[in-house]
Amino acid sequence: MKHTISVLVENHAGVLARVAGLFARRGFNIDSLAVGVTDDEKISRITIIADGTDYTLEQIEKQLNKLIDVIKVRHFENHELLTRELVLIKIACQPSQRAEVIALAEIVKAKISDITANTMTLELSDSVDRIKNFEELLRPYGIKEVVRTGSIAMQKGGVSMKL
Amino acid sequence: MAAEKMTAAQAMAMALKAEGITTVFGYPGAAICPFYDELYNAGIRHVLVRHEVNAGHAASGYARMTGKPAVAVATSGPGATNLITAIATAYMDSIPMVLITGQVSSEMIGRDVFQEADITGAAEPFVKHSYLVKDADDIAVVFKNAFYIAGSGRPGPVLIDVPFDIQKTEIEFEYPETVNIRSYKPSVEGNKLQIKRAAAAIAKSERPLICAGGGLFTANAVGLMRELAERANIPVVNTMMGLSSMPASHPLFYGMIGMHGCRAANYAINHCDLLILLGARVGDRAVTAINRLEGATVIHIDVDPAEIGKNLSVNIPVVGDLKNILAGLLTQIENYDHYEWLQQLTGEKESQDKPTVRPKDGCVNPKEFIRMLGKSLPDGTVICADVGQNQIWTCANINLENGRLLTSGGMGTMGYSVPASVGAKAASPNSEVIAICGDGSFQMEFMELATMRQHGIFSKIIVMVNNRLGMVREVQTNMYGDRQIAVALDGSPDFIKLAEAYGIPASRVTDISQAQQAIDALLAAKESYLIEVTVDENEKTIL
Ligand SMILES: Cc1ncc(C[n+]2csc(CCOP(=O)(O)OP(=O)(O)O)c2C)c(N)n1
Ligand SMILES: [Mg+2]
Repeated sequence: MKHTISVLVENHAGVLARVAGLFARRGFNIDSLAVGVTDDEKISRITIIADGTDYTLEQIEKQLNKLIDVIKVRHFENHELLTRELVLIKIACQPSQRAEVIALAEIVKAKISDITANTMTLELSDSVDRIKNFEELLRPYGIKEVVRTGSIAMQKGGVSMKL
Repeated sequence: MAAEKMTAAQAMAMALKAEGITTVFGYPGAAICPFYDELYNAGIRHVLVRHEVNAGHAASGYARMTGKPAVAVATSGPGATNLITAIATAYMDSIPMVLITGQVSSEMIGRDVFQEADITGAAEPFVKHSYLVKDADDIAVVFKNAFYIAGSGRPGPVLIDVPFDIQKTEIEFEYPETVNIRSYKPSVEGNKLQIKRAAAAIAKSERPLICAGGGLFTANAVGLMRELAERANIPVVNTMMGLSSMPASHPLFYGMIGMHGCRAANYAINHCDLLILLGARVGDRAVTAINRLEGATVIHIDVDPAEIGKNLSVNIPVVGDLKNILAGLLTQIENYDHYEWLQQLTGEKESQDKPTVRPKDGCVNPKEFIRMLGKSLPDGTVICADVGQNQIWTCANINLENGRLLTSGGMGTMGYSVPASVGAKAASPNSEVIAICGDGSFQMEFMELATMRQHGIFSKIIVMVNNRLGMVREVQTNMYGDRQIAVALDGSPDFIKLAEAYGIPASRVTDISQAQQAIDALLAAKESYLIEVTVDENEKTIL
């Protein structure tokens, strides 16, 4: 089962290593991990998508809470969440194909971020599924490189995860 | 207290003084020299061990006796990495400890310079928390927090790594009076409703059982546990870490559970209708005993929420300090008798004792020897049990009436007993402290005989000599067609002569008829004393 876990941590050196190390030690595979500072610059938020049983999930939450630099841990059901990931995709693109790719980008609301004589780099921020879908649409042109940020997630509605 | 100008190294020594630390265990090196210089000035007693791992184990023995964090010190690189086994051992058994290591100068970190080791990284899986001090101004807060974290909640080791240049930096030092770590607020009070539910479950139960673990010692709640047992006539069993929380001859005590436990204790756990786990994480070796627990209700009281439900499903979890919770629980507990249940268990206990097997000539039955020793001990004796068959012989037969048993329960670290005995003796100089080890484990730790001699810390030693890594030999006998490899200890020294080389009198027991005299000599000795007990190489662990 895939789980989304949000962790508020003290913005200290070494905290990320502690959190990531704990997942590895407790047998939880990390699919994606994204970290960034919150509105309070002393606090960072780590969003982790990981695979594991409910038992491991419970252990992970409890063990994360034991890390001294961890301020708060929440685990969310997917339907509660607004999840976004940013991807950059560089494809082979001859001048004759440009119009087609631009049209495609428009449909999915991707941006053209860079262009050369025979390549194009597209940028899309969306859910993981739609990003995958977009990647498949571009595959026939010849994908040269893909970089993804890892998902960040926030609860839908008026609630927020604060201290 | 007003701020004072001093070096960070001096501030470190001042912080130890402020924490009431009078003794530290350690081993110096260049990277920690500024701090050592300040230890010298501060008049803090430094016990020079002969290997850093033993500084950690000695601090463990010390901490377990005082109930407060104890301190071990090492230099950078190999000094620090030598501490790791002791850190891991302390972590597994929740022992409060602050470890101070020197580190190469800040500007050198990350360049693989001489004696650089990323010790905070390497020890991360085994510490409750760690600090690499990057700003000398943080020293006071780091020390204050480290001692608080090590000793509160579920205790554990905290590592402070201090680069050489930081130690020499001049700072304004003022030791904080209070701690405020927003991300660390261990729960203390148990949930009132849960306590009420626990009391109701006890009132309803016909066959209740207390399983007492090592957490009772950390929480200083042994007395309250006994009060609960006696008030409600609830029988008690121990995990290995919980041993010595009940006098062995107490009518409500039924022994140690688990893979190496006794029949009555395992029977009790499999037949109770209510299991009350107190400060016990019921590790896998203890859980093996618990296979028919399905129908029973389980109350688990522990300070660490992560332990509840980890190894055993629990009906009534209560998270918090055992002392508070038991005090709360006791206000709601009445007298119950549980006569039939106790009769049943006593029957099991009486029928479990097998007649003592006569060993082959020239050997001693180790269980008989340990029982004899146990009967001879003065009140308040501290027994440090090592690892191997000798650990099980000791734990199952020492039958302490009034004393403490210290052993490496979670990690099973060979070489724990002698250094732990040094620490325990340093903390309790008026108690008899005896390390009991095997001939394998002793050879991992006997360098500490020099430490005892040098510092006048006279704990005593019993070595069970079967000329084997006996516990592994037994595994090979039982599971690998008795193909014995790498378990013979041929080439071991004469331990009597070895002891004498350190100025420690010693005697050898090769027949049980010599045992009492040797035990009396050991107990009468004003300084250290060593007994070597000759044991059959094929002696079994249990039976
Ligand atoms: C540091 C360490 N290394 C290896 C082991 C594995 N081990 C467990 S018991 C044992 C044998 C111990 O031999 P000895 O100290 O002579 O005790 P005996 O079993 O013979 O009583 C070994 C090697 C261990 N527990 N700790
Ligand atoms: Mg042996």
